[in-house]
Amino acid sequence: MLVRFWGTRGSIPVAMTSAEVKRKLVTALVAAAERGLDTPGKARAFVEWELDFSVSHTFGGNSSCVQIETGGADYVLCDLGSGARVLGNNVLATGGPSGHRFHVFMSHLHWDHIMGFPFFMPAYLPGNHVRIYGCHDRLEEAFRRQNAAPSFPVDFSRMGAQIEFIRLEPERDYDIAGLRVRAKRQHHGGDSYGYRLEHDGKVVVYSTDSEHKQDDPEEVKAFVEFFREADLVIFDAQYSLADAISVKEDWGHSSNVVGVEMCQLARAQRLCLYHHEPIFDDERIAALLAETRRLEEITRGDHRVEVQAAYDGLEITL
Amino acid sequence: MELVSKRFADTAVVFPQGRIDHATAEQFKGALVSHLATCATGGGRLVIDMTGVEYISSVGLRVLMLASKQAKAQGCTLAVCGLQPVVREIFDISRFNLVLSVFPTLREALAALSGEALAAFGAA
Repeated sequence: MLVRFWGTRGSIPVAMTSAEVKRKLVTALVAAAERGLDTPGKARAFVEWELDFSVSHTFGGNSSCVQIETGGADYVLCDLGSGARVLGNNVLATGGPSGHRFHVFMSHLHWDHIMGFPFFMPAYLPGNHVRIYGCHDRLEEAFRRQNAAPSFPVDFSRMGAQIEFIRLEPERDYDIAGLRVRAKRQHHGGDSYGYRLEHDGKVVVYSTDSEHKQDDPEEVKAFVEFFREADLVIFDAQYSLADAISVKEDWGHSSNVVGVEMCQLARAQRLCLYHHEPIFDDERIAALLAETRRLEEITRGDHRVEVQAAYDGLEITL
Repeated sequence: MELVSKRFADTAVVFPQGRIDHATAEQFKGALVSHLATCATGGGRLVIDMTGVEYISSVGLRVLMLASKQAKAQGCTLAVCGLQPVVREIFDISRFNLVLSVFPTLREALAALSGEALAAFGAA
């Protein structure tokens, strides 16, 4: 199983500013001084292996979209944020204009999770098939509405692909595109749903836009079971714990601290921090990742949880 | 969880022990209730001395946040002190160091909260 991240930013897409690019360049040039990087190969190796990730890369700015590859012909996605635009273009560039089938599991219908669909080119091309799954009763309406005037110039009815909307019930197992799939309701404005996706003994949990209020031990237990022994938990870590339970209480997001604890309790293998706060630059997210790894280390019992931070373009093989 | 407590003039000090996690947070919350009530009626100050706490989870931190909110609403001042290194790091990473009044030692907490309490502490 391979998990590929096309959009990892929370709430709204962001673009790196020219000031940030300049800061990275200055840092890199100073680090490279007197290193004799006189060939592209040497420079590439230096960038890849010696510069900090936050200098040589960016966590990226597209909103939520994750692809799960199981080896089958169909595409399996979670959410259709702005990252779906990049994915769609990539599919057309590498696989031609038609004959593609997509299965999309929607966490919820807030704008940042659906905004990529009007720009998802495969949906406009006859011969493609898009199946959109979700637990919300206004699933189809949300997609049709964002393509309607005056918000968008191309009406949903002009999308040439076969597009279906399939309602799922939470807490029930489904077999879809070779995966065993189960949805779970989460705390978020208008509700959101996490997905536990299993294939060939591997488990991915996609749990974004989920506030863990921790005021009900039974609910904590239920989430721990949902995460139980997952190979990868993709976790909404937009806020600090202090913010999540004070000024941003009931805003519907969680923290790195709760992510570590839940994965430790569930004995999950890997925690991937996701839905990054839009005001955080790359340095801030890198620092958050380092702190989260440190937290995992100092609170570790007999089970180690590997911690990563998602970025647009990250691939995780399970 | 029973909380050992002491009073220094107008300031009450409680001393939780061990781990404050999913298993013990509710007890910790319950044990704080009477101290918060006393703090309110006295218009006073409450210090939670964490010297004996080796670990605190998010649920335990939530109890501290609720206590802090309640104290503030009652016109009572709440502070935390004596964090062990691991607990200190948990406070920093969770950003609780930014939302609670945290002091290195009980003496420093009392010095910041009440001269009378500090004097009583020094005399004890």
